[in-house]
This record gives sequence, structure tokens and C-alpha cells, in this order.
Amino acid sequence: MTTLVIDNTFDDPTRRAPLVLGHDRFGTVTEKICSISEARRPPRAWYIAFAISLAFASIFGVMILYLFATGVGVWGNQNPVMWGFPIVNFVFWIGIGHAGTLISAILFLFRQKWRTAINRFAEAMTIFAVICAGTFPGIHLGRVWVSYWIFPIPNQMEMWPQFRSPLLWDVFAVGTYFTVSLLFWYVGMLPDLATLRDRARTKVRAMAYGIFALGWRGSVRHWHRYERAYLILAALATPLVLSVHSVVSFDFAVAQVPGWHTTIFPPYFVAGAIFSGFAMVMTLAIPARQLWGLRDFITMRHLENMNKIILVTGSMVGYAYLMEFFTAWYSGSIYEWFAFANRAFGPYAWAYWIMVSCNVVIPQIFWFQWARRKIAVMFIVCLLVNLGMWFERFVIIVTSLAQDYLPSSWGYFTPTWVDLLTLAGSFGLFMTLFLLFCRYLPIIAMAEVKHIMPQANPHGHAGHEPGESEAGR
Amino acid sequence: MNDPTTTAAPTDRSSAAQPAIPREPGEVIGKLYGLLAEFETPAAIMVAAHRVREAGYKWWDCHTPFPVHGLDKAMGIRPTILPWLVMGAGLTGAVTGVVLQWYTNATNLDAWLIVPITGYDFLVSGKPMWSLPANIPVIFELTVLFSAIGCVTMMLLLSKLPWLYHPCLKNERFLRASDDRFFIVIEARDPLFYRRKSQEFLKSLGATAVEALEA
Repeated sequence: MTTLVIDNTFDDPTRRAPLVLGHDRFGTVTEKICSISEARRPPRAWYIAFAISLAFASIFGVMILYLFATGVGVWGNQNPVMWGFPIVNFVFWIGIGHAGTLISAILFLFRQKWRTAINRFAEAMTIFAVICAGTFPGIHLGRVWVSYWIFPIPNQMEMWPQFRSPLLWDVFAVGTYFTVSLLFWYVGMLPDLATLRDRARTKVRAMAYGIFALGWRGSVRHWHRYERAYLILAALATPLVLSVHSVVSFDFAVAQVPGWHTTIFPPYFVAGAIFSGFAMVMTLAIPARQLWGLRDFITMRHLENMNKIILVTGSMVGYAYLMEFFTAWYSGSIYEWFAFANRAFGPYAWAYWIMVSCNVVIPQIFWFQWARRKIAVMFIVCLLVNLGMWFERFVIIVTSLAQDYLPSSWGYFTPTWVDLLTLAGSFGLFMTLFLLFCRYLPIIAMAEVKHIMPQANPHGHAGHEPGESEAGR
Repeated sequence: MNDPTTTAAPTDRSSAAQPAIPREPGEVIGKLYGLLAEFETPAAIMVAAHRVREAGYKWWDCHTPFPVHGLDKAMGIRPTILPWLVMGAGLTGAVTGVVLQWYTNATNLDAWLIVPITGYDFLVSGKPMWSLPANIPVIFELTVLFSAIGCVTMMLLLSKLPWLYHPCLKNERFLRASDDRFFIVIEARDPLFYRRKSQEFLKSLGATAVEALEA
């Protein structure tokens, strides 16, 4: 038995840092991760969290029913701010999803092996976030009973969608994003569902996991195609994740409104999306790691790596904020310049400065190593980043619409209680789905974690130290 | 995990339908499917797979809890045609995107798609009826969508999945193929398969256990 490393945060370029701590056999990995969903009862904290989440999810449902029964007048959306909370929430949630795809696809293509511990629930988070995101434009349509008009379905009116509209591109972008994320998540989970099936002690579990495992039996002939398929899906999801938030940003950039009509929007939105998504991954990973004792898999090194990404993307977002200002001034357009000066010093200055401090200033603490390795610090920073990124969308949408060209039609947006409860309710739905996922599905990709353990290297005995070639950064 | 040598009949999921005759593990009552050999490490199965291939077996397979790097090459598996099929699916998606948008927004042609349909010349702000740049996002999204769905479907179909019943899955020992053990299965239909000879051969490869699989 080799000595097991318990600290992997060192930066020694001559040796690879181990990514799985405290396990030198595959069996203990399976045992540890399966025990989460095989436990007769989840921890008490799970029940409390689930009760609260379910209550909020119910509020979400009630608010939507109230909206359908009464009309969109229950919201604060009012001339001139016709895109209020629903579109802010839509952009916020769709952005959250991006980190999952980044971890599962882009880090996979870059051979970042530390992704294996976090990719499963980051992908789950993507799917649940896109479900929340998709709800908002759906209920924002007003006449929800004709929402099928957004799809090219042959109908008796001989009417088709208008394909030159960014709003319709959104339908295709978000629909494709959801489908591909779901496929990616499911394909990645196949081997682990088979593990749960093979370990099942009751008939119900064996049947349930057995059906979803599709009869997977780890055949190398299957693995061969599976690995190819996984690589192709990653290669497809990579441009997709960049395109989705670009298309969302077109909803704004293609319009003529000052403050929206800028070419910087697509990259700026994508950076912001990854930034907010990583903050949400951390917000979920830290409690999950504590609750189920997953410190061996989601190690300090993983958290530190994610904090570094938050620092980088947060700084990119900060750069975009500055560049927007510079371009507005440099363009010489008085409307453009007014829009930006008004954001920072006008009636919504409070929102703007919440955004800047949460997104740009506070993450700078991650330049310090102690901050990147302190659970309490990173958790608070990530919560603030979530808040700041919600306000970013609020600032972009509301300030631009509230005061555009004609001073006579200026206004001030105030959300109603329905707006606020719907937003809180969407968090309830998100958390409910996430907690159910934690309870019933393998929350860490077991097969992938085993694959990056030094013991998985079939050439381990052939001269070089085990772990030299297979443990990754 | 119970030690199969000390317990009676393995209580696997098929046992409900079987008569309650105590059986040795791996004892076959019905038709023989093949032989199962267990290995403990990726390195051991790598060496063994080389030798099985060299011995000339055709109907055999390895089962591992994760993809063992290089084992597919050692087994002599030829590269899959999956990427080409995905490319076909992607091109179909791209063509669908072009035709869909062109037909519905830039023509007034009658056609038949389960129901009679008609295109509609959509005039927006005096712009051309058909100009590709505005249609690229939807073409791109449909290309990715068709490729991804095609990729997963083809991957499963080429692997003959879903296949919920399989002789391997009845074996108690085999259940660890999704946990921490590595298996080689030589099927009885292989022309070189002889029960005794193949069993000796598998044992000589360093297998920790060799069992027969019931079809």
C-alpha cells in the first residue's frame, strides 16, 4: 500500500498533483459515491433544504397560475420598461448553465482532468438552470395559449415564425442547448447508472436503474465507441455554449436602444455567463462536499482551480464594463454616452454599484492564496457574485429601457410582489431538482474519477512511477 | 462481497425463476454462453487481452469499469465509423436549417408535409427575402442538434444497446465489472472455443477466477 497524499494544493511542476485523495482502490471510490444514493435516509440537512426548496417551488407554481389567470399586469413591467424581471431572470439563469457545459466540454477538450469530480453535478446544474431559464420567456409571452407560434409548426393560419428575429434564434439556441446538455449528461451517466444497477439490493432499484442504464456492461467494444461519442459531444457542445449566450446577447445588441446596441455584447455575455455559472457551481459544491463528505474527490485543489477561473472571468467582465464606457465616450454619440453615464450616476446607480462591487471588486480577493483556500471566504464571495451577476442583467435591461431617446417617455421600474416571489420561486424549483438529483443519482462521475486515478494506468508497472502519466493537473 | 467458494448458490436476480437446486458458482444448467475470466488490475487485463487476441479468438470481449487506456488497441478493435455518421447527421441538420428558413420565409410555394403547407414571403423592413447572414444562427443550432442526437443514437445502435438482458449480467461475479474488476469473456460460438482448453488458457493468463456463463 502506498502512502496516500492528503494535501494536493502544492505547486511543484516536477510532480503531478493527485486528484483523488485517500483512495488507492477503485472499490472504495464506488462504495463512497454510491453510498450517497443508497443510504436509507439522506442527512437531516437534506430534508430541511428539500422542504424549504419545495415550498418555494410551490410558490413558483402558484405565481405562474396567478399570472395566467390574471395577465402580465401583475408584474412591474410597464411602459417604457417592458422587459422587466422575466427577461432579467431568463438571462441570469441561462448564464448559470454555462459553467456546466464549460466544465464538461471545454475542460474535457483541454484535458483538464480535475473536471471529473465536478462535471456531473455541474451538468445537472446546467439542466436545471436551463429549465428555470426556459420558463421565463414562456410565461412572458402574455398569451401563453398560443406559445406554440414560436415553433415552425404547420397550422391552419398558414403562419410561420419570422426567422430573422433574434428572439426566434433564442428559441432554437436554448432548445438545442437544453437537448445537447441533457444528452451529454445522460451519456456520461450511463456507466454509473450501471454501477448502481449492479449494486442494487431491491428489485425496484435494480429495475429503475437497469432501465436507464440501457444494459450497459462495460464492454470495451462499447467503451471504444462511447469515448469517441463523448469526444464528439464535447466538440459539439463547445461552440454551442459560446453560441447560446451570444444569441441571447443578440436580443439586445440587434436592437437600437442605447446601451444595448454594442458589438462587445456576445463575448461579454459569454464571459459573464461562465463567471456566474462557476460561482453557482461553488455555491452548490461547497455544501454538498461538506454534507456528504466528498472532500476526497472535490479537493481543495479543485476549489482553488475554480476560484482562479472566477478571478479570471470576473476580471474579463470588469474589463468589459470599462470598455463599454470607453466605447460610449469614444463613439461621440450623445445617446450612448448618456446611457452609460446614467447607469453609473443616474437613478439606478445603486444597482450599478452593487454590480461593480460584487462582480469586479470582491473577486479580486482571489489574488491571495489564503482566500482561494478558505471555504468560508470562497462561499461568501460566490454568493455575492451570484447577486452581482443578477444585478448585471438588471442594469443592462432596466436602465437602458427606462431612459432612452425621448425624455417624455422616461420611467422608473419598480417590481411587484409577484415579480419578487416568482424570482424566489425559480430558486426553489432549481434547488428542488438539484436536491432530488443528489438523492437519487450518482453525483460524481465514478467511471471518470477511476479513470484518472494513478492505478488506472495499465502501463503503471512499466518503468515510471504510478501516477506520473495519468494523474492530471 | 461474499466469497463465492464458501456460499451456496449465488443469489443473483435470475435465481427467482430457477429451481432451488444448490449450484456451484459458474455451474451451467442451460446452454453455455461462454467463459468469464476475472482480473484484478488494468495491467493484468492488458497483458491477457494481448494473448487472447494472439491466440486467434474472434468472439470475445473485455469488460471494465472505466475505459482502460489502450485496451481497445490491444484487442484489435478497428476505429469506429461513428464520426462519419455524425457528420452525415450534422449535414442533414444544416440542410434542414437552410430549407426550413428559405421555404417558410422566402417563398410562397405550396407543398405537402403531412398537411398541406404554404411558404410565406416575409417582408421585413424592405430587406431581401433571402439573405443568409440572418439565417446562420438557426442553421448552426440545427447542425449541432442533429449531430448530437445522431451521435448518441448511433453510438447506442452500433453497440446494440439498449439490451437489458444479457448472459453476463446474470453472473454474480460479473457485477463487479462496473465496480473494480476487469473481465474477459470468450463466447462459446467462437470457432476456437473448447470448454476445457479455453478454460485452461484463461487460467494461464493469470485470471483470479474463471467461470462458465449460462446463456
